[in-house]
Amino acid sequence: MGEKTDVWQGTLALMVLKTIETLGPLHGYGIARRIEQTSGNLLSLNYGTLYPALLKLEQEGAIASEWGVSDNNRKAKFYRLTRAGRKQLAKEAQDWAQATEILARFLSPTEDPA
Amino acid sequence: MKRLRAWGWRLAGLFTNNRRERELADEIESHLQMHIDDNLRSGMTPEQARRNAILKLGGIESTKEAYRDGSTIPFLENLLQDVRYAVRQLRKNPGFTCTAIFMLALGICASVAIFAFVDAALIKPLPYPDPTRLVGVTERSAMFPRANLSYPDYLDWKRFNKVFNSLDVYAGTGYMLSTPAGTEVVPGERVSAGFFRTLGITPVLGRSFYSGEDLPGAPNTLMLSYDTWQKRYGGSKDVIGQTVRLSGVPYGIAGVLPRDFQFAPRGRAEFWTVFHASGECDLRRSCHDLDGIARLKDGVSVQTALADMTSIAQQLEKQYPGSNRGQSANVLPLSETIIGNIRPILLVLLGGAGLLLLIACVNVASLLLVRAESRTREMAVRTALGASRTRLIRQFVTEGVVLVTSGSVLGLIAAKWAMQLLVTLIPVDMMTRMPYLHGLGLNIRVLTFACAISLLAAVLFSVTPALRLSLSEMRVGLTEGSRGSAGNTWRRLGSKLVVLELAVAMVLLVGAGLLGQSLYRLLRVDLGFQPDYLAKVEVAAVGPRYAKDEQTVTLGRQIVSRVSTLPGVKSVGITSLLPVNFNGNTDWIRFVGRPYNGEHNEVNQRDVSAGYLTTLRAKLLRGRYFTDAEDTSKPKVVIINQALARKYFPGADPIGKQFGNDDLSPKSIKTIVGIVDDIKEGPLDSDIWPAVYYPFNQSPDSSFSLVVRTSQVPQSVLPALTGAVHQIDPGVGTYGEATISGNINDSPSAYLHRSSAWLVGGFAALALLLSLVGLYGVVAYSVSQRTREIGVRMALGAERGAVYRLILKEAGWLAIFGIILGVVSSLTAATLMQKLLFGVRSWDVPTLIAVAALLSISALLASYIPARRAASVNPVQALRAE
Repeated sequence: MGEKTDVWQGTLALMVLKTIETLGPLHGYGIARRIEQTSGNLLSLNYGTLYPALLKLEQEGAIASEWGVSDNNRKAKFYRLTRAGRKQLAKEAQDWAQATEILARFLSPTEDPA
Repeated sequence: MKRLRAWGWRLAGLFTNNRRERELADEIESHLQMHIDDNLRSGMTPEQARRNAILKLGGIESTKEAYRDGSTIPFLENLLQDVRYAVRQLRKNPGFTCTAIFMLALGICASVAIFAFVDAALIKPLPYPDPTRLVGVTERSAMFPRANLSYPDYLDWKRFNKVFNSLDVYAGTGYMLSTPAGTEVVPGERVSAGFFRTLGITPVLGRSFYSGEDLPGAPNTLMLSYDTWQKRYGGSKDVIGQTVRLSGVPYGIAGVLPRDFQFAPRGRAEFWTVFHASGECDLRRSCHDLDGIARLKDGVSVQTALADMTSIAQQLEKQYPGSNRGQSANVLPLSETIIGNIRPILLVLLGGAGLLLLIACVNVASLLLVRAESRTREMAVRTALGASRTRLIRQFVTEGVVLVTSGSVLGLIAAKWAMQLLVTLIPVDMMTRMPYLHGLGLNIRVLTFACAISLLAAVLFSVTPALRLSLSEMRVGLTEGSRGSAGNTWRRLGSKLVVLELAVAMVLLVGAGLLGQSLYRLLRVDLGFQPDYLAKVEVAAVGPRYAKDEQTVTLGRQIVSRVSTLPGVKSVGITSLLPVNFNGNTDWIRFVGRPYNGEHNEVNQRDVSAGYLTTLRAKLLRGRYFTDAEDTSKPKVVIINQALARKYFPGADPIGKQFGNDDLSPKSIKTIVGIVDDIKEGPLDSDIWPAVYYPFNQSPDSSFSLVVRTSQVPQSVLPALTGAVHQIDPGVGTYGEATISGNINDSPSAYLHRSSAWLVGGFAALALLLSLVGLYGVVAYSVSQRTREIGVRMALGAERGAVYRLILKEAGWLAIFGIILGVVSSLTAATLMQKLLFGVRSWDVPTLIAVAALLSISALLASYIPARRAASVNPVQALRAE
């Protein structure tokens, strides 16, 4: 596991949290599909990587899981956001927005103040 | 916080592996199904749909793998696997495993148990605030390095010293207490007012003594020990201010001492009364009956304090030459005065236990080495299959740790049990003087010690086989396999280990031999009397009824005449102090008609009844015994012992000579009427001092010992003895019923010698056993490795006798080296324990020869079995077997 994956996992976690917040309790497959759709298929997500991320979030207490039945009557594990997860999401979303804003300022062509 | 929580999950993951695995499989299965459903809906064929779903997932197994890594801790997971493998390996070889664990447990049990004693006695600080500032202060004379203080000296020392924050004294005593069950003699202690403040003890109830409460005219007050408060007063809070009558004198209860308060020099005291100088002795400068404790001022060392006290003592010597000549001062750390006498024994025992542990470890290490040797092939195969060197070493380390852990746990359990056993073996009387042993147990220091030695053992056991695992050899391992000459490394290293073991065993055996001889000689030391068939009881006659000497004399006569009519009693005697007790209670004598330079002639003084010496069956060498009629109305007489005659009357006849006290006051002049053979008045291992025996009727004591010679087992008369005394006066206190031989057996010197002899003997026996197992192992292994060689030799015509010689020679050399090394080391070790020896020199040749012979014969026996096996090898089979 290098730094890349860490970063990737970080953003993946954020996406997962946001997805669950938006759609409510959801199973792993649903989360994966939703992330893919939301990214406008720009993101090629290996669904398998989602499960370690979910495990990590669950270990940290951001989400909790429960077995349930999916829309088309399949048994599936549903993940829902905990209060801690909600807090984490708000904080990370804000951090992320700040980071992108800063980066955007760097990268966008601006008039030279001089 | 978040991370901590995650680690918690992961840790739990180690143990919920199976359930988690199943759940994950279910989840992935449901994921795939949903994906396949979607794919089918979008028009794929069932095969395509499944294939696409799995591809998109990125492989089922790799997903599971990634998940697993996250769900537990990979390192721990591996470790658990190693442990499981190690346990399996060890279980496969139960003989080796049990032997190794048993030996380890034995070594750890012995050393931890002994260390617990060392900790309780030598390491654990005294239970007072800032205990290193506390010192024991006493006088010092030619005969006594630590002589009691006299009260007037104490007052001067207290006034003039510049080194102590406080200086206080204590003196043991007994009090008569009237209880519903009759008069009881209870142990008490007279202490000066600042005693508890000096120690830093505050009462749990009531108050400490006021300063000045020990001055003349202040009321009599006392402190209760916690146990006494509970036992005699039911723990009632109203006791403060109540009055107790001790020996007829009323005392007000000032306070109750804390439950954990202990004062080793006087363990059992129930009543701690404030010291009021009273009676003839307290006010006389030459009567020494006190012990001092003091708290050093900040920055003052023990040496400085000693120098200051010595100079004060010198001052007093000049001022009061009559009483203080030769009386110097002694200042020692308080801990030293309490545990100084048992330190050498404990250190020797710790050394013995350590050596036993060493042998056990060496033995286990050599067993591991043999195993590593026979596993060369396994390791070679594992290497060939791609196991890294570190992984293999880790395997050895894990096995070592598993062994040590099981051994340590067993050893600790056994040690706890052994400690309790050892404590119960300590005579009650001695236990009261060793209150620090009450907290004996597996405390943090003992556990740290146990962990440290376990860690060392674990390192040793991991390193030994790992050393064996050099890379080059590993490759050889495959090709060579178990062919004949393998195991050279082992033979070289293993035989060195055996030499070490034999040497250590020899040290322990010599130590045990010397201590055993000391004990033997101690118990057979010439006592100067016959201790069997003697029973005794202590009698205390204090209070207003016995205020006058004549009253005590009358009581003594009554007791003697009544007790001698008891059935089974042959004769009766009274003495102020029983033999085999201590050298002390001395008198200073000055001979009539000889020049006197003022130096004190200090001699043991015993006040004995007319029948005492005959009851003891002491040998009268010259002159006569006392008669009962010799009381204060008759001229004063004395019987001296041979040591006194030899020292002060060399080549002259002492009978008829006279001596008195320092100023030869007419009242003190006594005539020598008899010489008795030396009676051992002091401890068994002490020297004989000059002694004087005064007639009890001319020099009575308020508390004395009644001794009777019986015609049957002495225990049987004990109840009747007490009964007879109480028939005369129920107000007389009695205690300490015992037989004289039992008393001698339980005396501190006998106990200390016996316990050290037995313990070191036990260690030595185990060490002998272990080292023989080690030697047997080496020789047997060497034989098994040389089977082929022996087969060749025999095929070429070697006789069976020659094969025997071959093997026995190998073992013989090891034994010889071991014994030589052992002789050298045991001489060193024996010199170190010189202090514990009695009547035997540290370089006792017979002991050395006997131990060397024992070791050689045992070594021969241990190697005979494998030699026989070697000699009975069938050459054809041996050659074909490989």
